[in-house]
Amino acid sequence: MIVRTVRAARKHLVLAFGVLVLLYLFLPVFVVVAFSFNDPAGRFNFSWSGFTLDSWRDPCSVPGMCDSVLLSLQIGVIATLVATLLGTLLAFGLVRHSFRGRAGTSLLVFLPMATPEVVMGASLLTLFVNAGVATGFWTIVIAHILFTVSFVVVTVKARLAGFDSRLEEAAMDLYADEWQTFRRITLPLAAPGIFAGALLAFALSFDDFIITNFNSGNTITFPMYVWGAAQRGVPPEVNVIGTGMFLLALLLVGGAEVVRKARTGASTG
Amino acid sequence: MTAVLPREAPPTEPAAEQEAEARAARRRPPWLLLLPGLLWLALFFLVPMLTLASTSLQTGSLQTGYSLTWTWSTYSDAWSTYGDQLVRSFLYAGSATVLALLIGYPLAYAIAFKAGRWRNLMLVLVIAPFFTSFLIRTLAWKIVLADQGWVVGALQWIGLLGENGRLLATPAAVVLGLTYNFLPFMVLPLYASLEKIDPRLLEAATDLYATPARAFWAVTWPLSIPGVVAGTLLTFIPAAGDYVNVQFLGNPGSQMIGNVIQSRFLTVLDYPVAAALSITVMLTVLVLVLSYVRRVGAKELL
Repeated sequence: MIVRTVRAARKHLVLAFGVLVLLYLFLPVFVVVAFSFNDPAGRFNFSWSGFTLDSWRDPCSVPGMCDSVLLSLQIGVIATLVATLLGTLLAFGLVRHSFRGRAGTSLLVFLPMATPEVVMGASLLTLFVNAGVATGFWTIVIAHILFTVSFVVVTVKARLAGFDSRLEEAAMDLYADEWQTFRRITLPLAAPGIFAGALLAFALSFDDFIITNFNSGNTITFPMYVWGAAQRGVPPEVNVIGTGMFLLALLLVGGAEVVRKARTGASTG
Repeated sequence: MTAVLPREAPPTEPAAEQEAEARAARRRPPWLLLLPGLLWLALFFLVPMLTLASTSLQTGSLQTGYSLTWTWSTYSDAWSTYGDQLVRSFLYAGSATVLALLIGYPLAYAIAFKAGRWRNLMLVLVIAPFFTSFLIRTLAWKIVLADQGWVVGALQWIGLLGENGRLLATPAAVVLGLTYNFLPFMVLPLYASLEKIDPRLLEAATDLYATPARAFWAVTWPLSIPGVVAGTLLTFIPAAGDYVNVQFLGNPGSQMIGNVIQSRFLTVLDYPVAAALSITVMLTVLVLVLSYVRRVGAKELL
């Protein structure tokens, strides 16, 4: 009896502690959402001074902010496309082939993830300065492709590692040629990994500040805008964008879960 | 089934030859797959590291141009001037990593073993805050920790903070921010390794009269070491190079090496010293990571 109550307490204790940690993770999000409805008295949106919907009515009225969001979206899309392509190819090469130099290749893919972002940003800046390349839109894109590629490789590799290669052999035995096998069997099976890798790459690119700060020149991405605004007072409209991003991402995740449930439900039932 | 698989027929002479050829082909690197990515990594990771190293040994200014003079004294000068910031970075990053492990492990454990049907929801909740931008969330901490805020008020009330005690613009706020910002990088690998543990192993331990604590330290903890290693690295490395948390939550006296590198490169335009500090950070992180990984013995990570 005592043992059972102790066990129950322990079970709920860990769970309760976990929920507390989740609350810690969410605390700033609540603040961001709440202060998007604030009507700040001065330039700084740091203390609560009244409820208003003004910032939600026209968030783009703040000069430059929505342009910076658009720019971040553009950079994110281009960087994601290239990084996903390069990373997927690398992952296939590393998982499907055993060749001399594979360990070295893996190390080269791993190293960017083990490099602090300041160092990576600084090293790229010295490259661009030495090569006489003016920093701006394309240098940001180059930097973002670089630091997201490794994450795509890791994600796609994880998917390919749990892959039953007998499915491909079966397709070949049924007289599918290599291209057909790839298109009809390999690609659909690898797709969730590639998609996850692309999403991760986009999220990392869209939110990156530290590397971007070194290679942006006069180009202002959304994180660069927030950094600049932090010195002179962040308008509540920034919180509107932050809240919007959060809701959009939740919708995407929720939607994906619903689709996944519907699919598994359809195939089992 | 085997009858339709020609490759399982007994190997004749030409078949063996083909087999050897195929093996040789498999040993050749798949250049078409690797080359684009490797070129990118070489051109924009390896070459910049070399230009960074070379910049650290140059003298000159942005106006007159730089030339490679092998000035090693830049390193000793940089270390003596910014030694405090270097040590502080690794101290703050280390504290944040330990804190993240202490609060991240129970969370990952709860998700893996106690959450039941709430498991997926809790996992999503771990990542969800990170859909709001990193800078905006760190700014939000500024509101939470503000001098007039309820956190400071509560801590003053229970006496943990003095009358005029504050949280904002202190090292504690910086470590708290670092812990917060990199916590999911701790929780997700921990969860991944905890989730793989076969519950029958724990049952076996209990059957052999192990107390829950004993079972945890003998079974769960050793099996979760790969997650602990991955999580601590993924927390420590970005935390050591961060300068956003100090900028928003710290004070000039709590500057980390990232702040120095950032301002030397982008404001002061003192490239050699900034480059020397970057190389120092990179090498220190690499040495720490390699010795740590060797010590814990999770080599499969690399």
